[in-house]
Amino acid sequence: MKSKLENNAVLELLNGKFGENIKSSEQPFDLLTVEVTSESAHEVVSWLKSEPSLAISFLTNLGAVHYPDNQGREIAVVYHLHSLTNNFRIRLKAYLPIENPEIKSITDIYIAANWMERETYDFYGVQFTGHPNLKRILNEDAMDYFPMRKEYHMEDATREDKDDRFFGR
Amino acid sequence: MSQIDQHTGKESSGIVARDTIDGEIATLNLGPTHPATHGIFQNVLQVDGEKILSSEQTVGYIHRAFEKLAERRPYNQITPITDRLNYCSSPINNMGWEMTVEKLIGAEIPKRVDYMRVIIMELARIADHLVCNSVVGVDTGALTGFTYVFQEREKIYELFEEVCGSRLTTNIGRIGGFERDFSDEFYKKLDNFLKTFPKVFNEFDSLLSRNRIFMDRTIGAGPISAERALEYSFTGPNLRAAGVDYDVRVMNPYSSYEDFDFIVPVGTQGDTYDRFQVRQEEIRQSLLIIEQALKNMPEGSYKADVPDFYLPPKEDVYNNMEALIYHFKIVMGETPIPVGEVYHSVEGGNGELGFYLISDGGRSPYRLQFRRPCFIYYQAYPEMITGSNISDAVLTMSSMNVIAGELDA
Repeated sequence: MKSKLENNAVLELLNGKFGENIKSSEQPFDLLTVEVTSESAHEVVSWLKSEPSLAISFLTNLGAVHYPDNQGREIAVVYHLHSLTNNFRIRLKAYLPIENPEIKSITDIYIAANWMERETYDFYGVQFTGHPNLKRILNEDAMDYFPMRKEYHMEDATREDKDDRFFGR
Repeated sequence: MSQIDQHTGKESSGIVARDTIDGEIATLNLGPTHPATHGIFQNVLQVDGEKILSSEQTVGYIHRAFEKLAERRPYNQITPITDRLNYCSSPINNMGWEMTVEKLIGAEIPKRVDYMRVIIMELARIADHLVCNSVVGVDTGALTGFTYVFQEREKIYELFEEVCGSRLTTNIGRIGGFERDFSDEFYKKLDNFLKTFPKVFNEFDSLLSRNRIFMDRTIGAGPISAERALEYSFTGPNLRAAGVDYDVRVMNPYSSYEDFDFIVPVGTQGDTYDRFQVRQEEIRQSLLIIEQALKNMPEGSYKADVPDFYLPPKEDVYNNMEALIYHFKIVMGETPIPVGEVYHSVEGGNGELGFYLISDGGRSPYRLQFRRPCFIYYQAYPEMITGSNISDAVLTMSSMNVIAGELDA
């Protein structure tokens, strides 16, 4: 089924509505990817859902990525949204500093975000403000670090034969 | 006992004993290990007699850090990880991942590979739905159907075995296609399956579908409305049972699904009976798709031309320098990978199974996130069972097809 919306048209609408808060955009593999400021992410998600001409009202996925080399914007929170009526997908990204990775929870917009945000907190330590029950979900509660951050290597740190450099990293 | 409501975040000083029979509330652990939960899930129920007042879930008992593991492994070694997500239909996961990588590297896949994949994926879907539906039967006290269809599921596993040598965690196919073409034996077994299966399946259907006891037990058990299901990001048969006709195979066709003629069944009530019926009809549709794929199977190669990812034949490795180099590079994970960011999803046994892959050009993904449908829709479970009986809660869980492997990743 073909999408009823054009990437560029949606981007134009977003630019018109949010202006400064839309930092950049790209379209890898034809999926509109928009970087928004962390303060506006909640508002953008909410507007995409309520705007009748877009009806982007299905939360497909929510997660995070850690870029240790991005000074001041180490953690990216990534939202995948989908309009089932228009068959249009969009990806939103908001970058957060590692010292204080705080972003407004979207559980009030999508109830499904509850566990997705808990998982993201569990693995990356993103603080979703306004989340009703932000605690670890897959890891044990006593864990005191966020294991998906890049500084935690998977292999036993004492093993030298499995140095990443030997494997092209 | 005070507890925090999962969705409102408000602390309640305990459950208010409204409408209770004798004002006494018991705490009951449903799971984590109990035959009725069909997997490792814990639900702490507050019950008044048989009636469930609230439920608190604990998940993560079999978390195996797949996403972290994937950041260390070369691309072809990630396929076995996907086996262990929804292990009732691992070929769909395998091929979903292979197609994600093919999308990233821009491989051109022969039509024949698409059709072969469709056959395997639809067989996997049948196996997945058979397990789910027959287990719903078991939970209502009808063990017979379960034993009938498990013989047929066995035949599907024999077909997988014929293609790739393994049965449950298949690791089937390769990036770029299949390791070999379907054998004559496979076609013979598949023909045999297509001949005998409908009869057994109809018998299974007649045992349950219009069975008065089964209907009384399942109609109205664990319902969810279409609006709530969408809020909870339901996908797959559970969403369609609520009345939303979202199917990735139709909305965003992959592997040439646009060539096939099939219908997307939907329910109206979103209850256990509708979920059962939607899966039953999907099994019938899957059979039709397999027949179409067999009939229209295009000529061509069973693999794409991607020497950087597809292992060369073993005899070439010993006799041909180029093949030896490719072999070495693939095994050591030294293949050049484009930088990019891709989201690809397939219609898994439980719904939209997504792969969000970020490549920085390294030997393994920079980040790989699995969109696991079970994990997302299992959140709705407390809402669906509150106010119902414990026996309905068991039924609701089995009819949602919650698979621990997929849920906990």
